[in-house]
Amino acid sequence: MLEKAIQGSKIYWGWIATLLLLMSIGAACYWQQLSHGLTITGLSRDVSWGFYIAQFTFLVGVAASAVMLVIPKYLHNYQKFSKILILGEFNAVAMVVLCLLFIIVDLGSPQRLMNVLLHPTPNSILFWDMVVLNGYLLINILVGWVTLEAERKQVAPPNWIKFFIYLSIPWAVSIHTVTAFLYCGLPGRGYWLTAVLAARFLASAFAAGPAFLIMVTYIVKIFTGFDPGKGVLSTLGKTVVYAMCVNLFLLLCEVFTVFYSQIPSHMAHLQYLFAGYHGHGVLVAWMWSAIIMGVVGILILLVPANRERDNMLVIGCFLIFLGAWIDKGLGMIGGGFVPNPLHEITEYVPSQLELGVSLGVYATGFLVLTILYKIAIGVKAEVE
Amino acid sequence: MYHKSKILTGLAVFIIFMTYPFWNNIGSAAYVRPELEKVKKAKECVESVEFMRAEHMSMLNEWRDEVVRDASHEYHSTVNNSVYQKSLTKTCMDCHENKDKFCDKCHDSVAVDPYCWDCHVDPKGVQK
Amino acid sequence: MKTVRRDFLKVAAVTAFGWGICPTVKALASGGARPSEGLFFASRHAVHVGPNALKAQRWAMVIDTTKLNEKVVQDIVQVCHTTHNVPDISGQQNIKWIWEAPMENLFLDDLHEFQPESGAKTALALCNHCDNPPCVRVCPTKATFQREDGIVIMDFHRCIGCRYCMAGCPYGSRSFNFQDPRPFIAKTTPDFPTRTKGVVEKCEFCAERLAEGKMPACVEVSEGALAFGDLADPESEVRKLLAERFSIRRSPTLGTNPCVYYLV
Repeated sequence: MLEKAIQGSKIYWGWIATLLLLMSIGAACYWQQLSHGLTITGLSRDVSWGFYIAQFTFLVGVAASAVMLVIPKYLHNYQKFSKILILGEFNAVAMVVLCLLFIIVDLGSPQRLMNVLLHPTPNSILFWDMVVLNGYLLINILVGWVTLEAERKQVAPPNWIKFFIYLSIPWAVSIHTVTAFLYCGLPGRGYWLTAVLAARFLASAFAAGPAFLIMVTYIVKIFTGFDPGKGVLSTLGKTVVYAMCVNLFLLLCEVFTVFYSQIPSHMAHLQYLFAGYHGHGVLVAWMWSAIIMGVVGILILLVPANRERDNMLVIGCFLIFLGAWIDKGLGMIGGGFVPNPLHEITEYVPSQLELGVSLGVYATGFLVLTILYKIAIGVKAEVE
Repeated sequence: MYHKSKILTGLAVFIIFMTYPFWNNIGSAAYVRPELEKVKKAKECVESVEFMRAEHMSMLNEWRDEVVRDASHEYHSTVNNSVYQKSLTKTCMDCHENKDKFCDKCHDSVAVDPYCWDCHVDPKGVQK
Repeated sequence: MKTVRRDFLKVAAVTAFGWGICPTVKALASGGARPSEGLFFASRHAVHVGPNALKAQRWAMVIDTTKLNEKVVQDIVQVCHTTHNVPDISGQQNIKWIWEAPMENLFLDDLHEFQPESGAKTALALCNHCDNPPCVRVCPTKATFQREDGIVIMDFHRCIGCRYCMAGCPYGSRSFNFQDPRPFIAKTTPDFPTRTKGVVEKCEFCAERLAEGKMPACVEVSEGALAFGDLADPESEVRKLLAERFSIRRSPTLGTNPCVYYLV
């Protein structure tokens, strides 16, 4: 099936070339980081994790969203999703690749990466994150490939693959739960020290992930004429809007607990993010636009008629996706570190090189996504 | 065979590329063990010369783990009954004072670049 | 009769299983790559005490904030950072093992605005060598680990630079080498390694000096402001000070059980 990836139109090759160009820009930036160290980033002693780890956190959620197609299809026999299921699974593959790359570029000594396997340490949540992420990657490659191959041969997928499909459901939940546990088990970091974090991560994931899937499927539809089937995307849009409602609800739960209890070390971070703290507030405008985008997105998508109209659906999804990205990809990590344990304020803004590296990583993920989607759409076209 | 010419060219390029180190070195001089600076300060090393020549790297690897992780600082030599401190800078380089004329000589000629001195300080290097 | 035999077999099976699994469980908790390193879970590393070494069951430090003055603080920071080749980097990517910080920042929950005028305005911050250290809990490679005598220490050879320990530490005691530290070291001490870019570092209670029978460098120059000793020994200086004077610790409610005490 791989041959499908090397036969394509001029637009396809143009897109691949663009991605390769962005990857080489990213590689050049990463070379700077390798030779000079993480000093080229905006990170500091106080804000020791930043854009890289935040992207990883956000993308774990997008990867987990495949389960929002698998559950209806395999647990509720909702056959409408059959056609785009493979897009969800291949999307998960590309997103987990992105997650792993973002962790690697964040390491100070990437040459020692394998120490995590050489000295496995189950008391570290990072160890479990490695286990669940790599597991999820393998499960999705396996399931995606085997079901696509069966589709190409126009036979039913082998029975043993069912085991891995069902396994992928709790596994998808686990990747984002474990990622939340990275943060919420740390004493002295008030913003993360909340049991609702894993639930909130999952809610925002099940909003942002399917929203991303809807947008990507729409783009695929424009360029390849691939038809996901009537009502499929609008049904998925329901998942997006309800999950985003739950996400906002959980955020409000957090806000209530923090501000009604009036515990300073927990309030400080939310104050910093949404109102500024002792005159520092680079993220305030971002956080409020995230809230506004989330709310407007919800208002658009709650109306059934809007979900049925492609452009309204995509606009709603875009707003929700961007809102969730700002919340997790900018606010979640930076906000947790400001103020620091000594109640001092060091703000964090990613550096240009840091963004360059991230751009390259994103391009790599999109290259994987493009190639996998090309194969999937090619096979589907061939079958029809 | 389909695409005969393409496959054969590809194979040829691959073979030439893989064997590059061999034919590139044809005719060049054989490896000569570099002459190392003799130690004046002590008569013998912590272990026999043959052992040190072959095993010093794994010995240092063990030392570093034992010192850092077990706080075990004493090395009991098997050739003489002395006890040495497990330390690259305080023991090894106390006798082999000149990194350039001892460590680097072999390392350079066999093209290895151990990262010991990324952190550990060459005592003479500081004074330079 | 038959049921008795069945019960016997059950008990025998469970016992045999227990015997079988017991060494495995022990191996999981200890006996890993190094004699005292847990195979999987982090465990406290046994300390081989040499003939000259200072030893203790539980090392602890007591800081007398009333005896700290500008000169003593400066000397302490200076001697620690020169002894351990801590680079002098300006800006927010700096590295510090021990440093001066305002009392209200060190003790967020314990102090109020009506303290006596004579009270100390600042004190020293350093690694607390917690009894229950979050940094050790989160480290994915056991690069940071705890010794049986309580010292939390770094294995710079093993650290992958993920900085999870920095997020885990509720005292901000850890620094990361964002760049090669060597150009920022004014005068290198050859007896102690520098670090390389990409690893985390922090105070180690001068473990290398204790092994040679010396007190921590900061204690030696502190003119009596810092006391260091065995918390398990009622006759030790630290225990006597704690018995005589009122002392506090940083964020004790987090359950980390810090072993640096402050006399106020």
